[in-house]
Amino acid sequence: MQCEASEFESIIKNHPQEKKELIPILQDIQAKFNYLPQDVLVMVSNALKIPLIDVISVATFYGAFSLTPRGKHVITICMGTACHVRGAPMILDEFKRKLDIDVEETTEDNMFTLETVNCLGACALGPIVVIDGDYYGQMKIRKADKLIKKFRPDKKEQS
Amino acid sequence: MITLKINRLEVRAEEGQTILEVAKFYGIEIPTLCYNEGLSAYGGCRLCLVEIGEEPRTKLVSSCTYPVEEGLVVRTDTKRVIETRRMMIELMLSLSPNSKIIQDLASKFGVKQVRFKVRNEECILCGLCVRMCAEQMDGRAIGFQSRGYKRKISTPFDIRSDECRLCGGCIYICPACQLRCQGPQADTTVCNACLTMDPTCLDFYDELQCWMYDVGRCGTCVREKTEKSKSKEQSTKQ
Amino acid sequence: MEGMNIKKLEDIRNEISKARVDQKTCITVCGGTGCHAYGCLKVAQAFKDEIKKQKLQDSVGVRTTGCHGFCERGPIVVIQPGGIFYQRVQIKDIKEVISETIINKKILDSLLYVDPKTEEKIIYEREVPFYKKQERIIFGNNGFIDPTEIKDYIALKGYSAIAKVLRNMTPQQVIEEIKKSGLRGRGGAGFYTGLKWEITSKSQEDIKYLVCNCDEGDPGAYMDRSLLEGNPHSVIEGMLIGAYAIEAKEGFIYVRDEYPLAVKNITIAIDQARDYSLLGEKILGTDFSFDISISKGAGAFVSGEESALLACIEGKIGIPKQRPPYPAQKGLRGKPTNINNVETWANAPIIINEGAKKYSQTGTNGSKGTKIFSLVGKINNTGLVEVPMGMTLREIIFDIGGGIPGGKEFKAVQTGGPSGGCIPKKLLDLPIDFESLTEAGSMMGSGGMIVMDKNTCMVDVAKYFLNFLRDESCGKCLSCREGTQRMWEIVTDITEGKGKEGDLDFLEALAKATRDASMCGLGQTAANPVLSTIRHFRDEYEAHIRDKKCPAGVCKELIQYSIIEEKCTGCLACLKVCPQEAISGELKKVHVLDQSKCIKCGGCYEACNFDAIKIE
Repeated sequence: MQCEASEFESIIKNHPQEKKELIPILQDIQAKFNYLPQDVLVMVSNALKIPLIDVISVATFYGAFSLTPRGKHVITICMGTACHVRGAPMILDEFKRKLDIDVEETTEDNMFTLETVNCLGACALGPIVVIDGDYYGQMKIRKADKLIKKFRPDKKEQS
Repeated sequence: MITLKINRLEVRAEEGQTILEVAKFYGIEIPTLCYNEGLSAYGGCRLCLVEIGEEPRTKLVSSCTYPVEEGLVVRTDTKRVIETRRMMIELMLSLSPNSKIIQDLASKFGVKQVRFKVRNEECILCGLCVRMCAEQMDGRAIGFQSRGYKRKISTPFDIRSDECRLCGGCIYICPACQLRCQGPQADTTVCNACLTMDPTCLDFYDELQCWMYDVGRCGTCVREKTEKSKSKEQSTKQ
Repeated sequence: MEGMNIKKLEDIRNEISKARVDQKTCITVCGGTGCHAYGCLKVAQAFKDEIKKQKLQDSVGVRTTGCHGFCERGPIVVIQPGGIFYQRVQIKDIKEVISETIINKKILDSLLYVDPKTEEKIIYEREVPFYKKQERIIFGNNGFIDPTEIKDYIALKGYSAIAKVLRNMTPQQVIEEIKKSGLRGRGGAGFYTGLKWEITSKSQEDIKYLVCNCDEGDPGAYMDRSLLEGNPHSVIEGMLIGAYAIEAKEGFIYVRDEYPLAVKNITIAIDQARDYSLLGEKILGTDFSFDISISKGAGAFVSGEESALLACIEGKIGIPKQRPPYPAQKGLRGKPTNINNVETWANAPIIINEGAKKYSQTGTNGSKGTKIFSLVGKINNTGLVEVPMGMTLREIIFDIGGGIPGGKEFKAVQTGGPSGGCIPKKLLDLPIDFESLTEAGSMMGSGGMIVMDKNTCMVDVAKYFLNFLRDESCGKCLSCREGTQRMWEIVTDITEGKGKEGDLDFLEALAKATRDASMCGLGQTAANPVLSTIRHFRDEYEAHIRDKKCPAGVCKELIQYSIIEEKCTGCLACLKVCPQEAISGELKKVHVLDQSKCIKCGGCYEACNFDAIKIE
């Protein structure tokens, strides 16, 4: 709680205290905490004098924000049209199977969160998987396992 | 003063008025659901659609939010409007078949079937409760969250809100909560009983049984028929 | 910069050009996001290290440039002057490139592009078939510019258009010139840009705003990103011209959240422009003032819609507003606002420099100029192409795009994103312009062009777009929110074999209602993917409904995987990857697939090198 408050203070200092700064402030909070903690959202509501329900409205409307804590590594699979015709849904299914979670869920050990995005603009590399900002292009179904093991080498996945 | 045409009638309006406001003033009926005079206009239910412009460049707009313009040509009951209106009602019925208001709309505009899988969610996201809470009661305890098919109305974090004063305004204004339809159920999800031209109470009584002559709102005839038919069925079985 | 004015800019330009001539050679490395993923930054660094080692800094430069467009072949290295074109350059090639090509003036065959039709090795960029038929008036400069260096842009006549405008033209004259050019918005709707500027400028309000829309939400489209990343100053210059014409003092560039490199490069560019007195107060020593700030998106397709975008800039949820009043009359903070797409803005300096008459000689009657398309999907030469309006789809897909991989047959090309439709083989000779695409049941859109072959199921494509739309709909209008959801349900049922007679007629009626009743462009065009695929591929729908079959072999519930005995070599490849252990067999013996265990993951089909897996 305490550390959240001090982190929030350092974020809010970088912005003018105006209502129109809501989205940039939420983006900074998302970047800092990896999600939007409930308490911090209340702090935003108080600081900008925006009713809490309106802050929540904005936080839940946009896809860049997550209201639940995310795993250590975020695996994002591009589901754009070009990647779709190149087989992205099958790649997604493979990751779901290997991680044993659904989209927007986190593995039990908090290592991975699985997400999708509707086009990264790197279509020549499709199908693409992004992990922690690094792009892995021309993904194949059989490469998924190896890629996961790269980040979680010692544990065996449940099948 | 702005002059425009509604259904070939030349009408006068003030700058800033909406088509719906002007139509109401002139007694021209346009069905609405998410519109309430005491609250801001929302334009979400798409029931109040009217056709504006002249062939071939016409389009449908929600009359509750569209501002009047000089020379605008408005028609409230073209084929396109009626077909679209029917589809909107059909969509609403599949979400909230127990709402008497929606069932009555179905009867009135000739919607006889629901071809969608019934979801029984009750809430049609008309937003009346949100606007009631924010504008009339100054509570701001509930609001819209998420978008698209996941859109919902709730309190922050889905828990009891500190802002909620338990005033009941949201329940009062909700078209799904207000009046529950008690008509014949499930097979078709279209009741069609109250507002049909042939009230069923006349099968059993000499005169209309509507309370206080509030035609169609009491549901007596439907309830009676259902109960009497059930007992009739039982007696014929034995 | 002190004492900056139009004349001084010209002097600086001459100085820079002279310095460039003195330095003989420049190695340009493509620095687009696609090439980033291929490791271009490491390649560029390796070049710099090797040049330092060989003590060649005085005569050889290295420049990381904007996207070259031929994304399939990255990392791309072009050696100037001359334009020697090396593709798929790896770090291990660097030493040889320096020693052979730079020092000994010899060409390295192994890095050249080979024309698959003639088997000829192509040396120069302009001869590469991918580039030959393009007309890269907007995108061409990307290859010569380091986007983080304003001097590169100035050297190529950058900012000479705004200088011309400030020196010789009135705001009204600028608007007339844009109107005469026939430029139409490149974001999708195709509204006449000159007319839009005129409406905004006519307002009596004292404060007006300019916005650049880089939301680019259409999946598969990334032209705007590459333009903003690769040549940000061209967009700034376009906005300067627009700001002068409309008399706006403040501008915003709205970039979607998923484009961090574009945000980085445009931020640097704006700072540098301010240093050169090209943004801020008293631009180039005149009374004209204009500055730009950046606004980031937060992951919502609908916020690319004009009025929703403005709401997002104001910190609210991106829900479109009822129009009228239009943004040109009452937009950001209630003031007149002119919103244009990135590519539209980049066209403005070209029109001013060339003149509207010359500009309008390219293109068709109704659609002037060029258009940048992202050619992606089942295509050999994936990348960004810029062609004159009026070129046929056939030329783009086969002459420039190099046709379909594996020599497979072309089936359809999808244009216009989720608001567009699929164009079948029989319409391949359609000239690209706004009207012809709309007549065919699709639309121009922002420029995404997704090519499909016989392994793409058109019903699945419709399902894909409906799924996208039901998630991205803002959710206000019942017709759009429920319409897209219910259309998705019906099409999903069809792909799962639960379709029934009458579904197609019902789908068409629902699509019509969704289109007619919705307030904004998303809902109004949501029906297009479904309607266009039913129109051109009705037989495929009927196969799913009546025969419960998926001819393309995509819809899981309707297909079966099996091993073709005659082709199986017994290599164990499929057996090893099967997650359900549904394949049994021994080395060099024909394998067998147990249908009851098969979950149709596609792993075996991917792993097999002998085409021995059949899907039907």
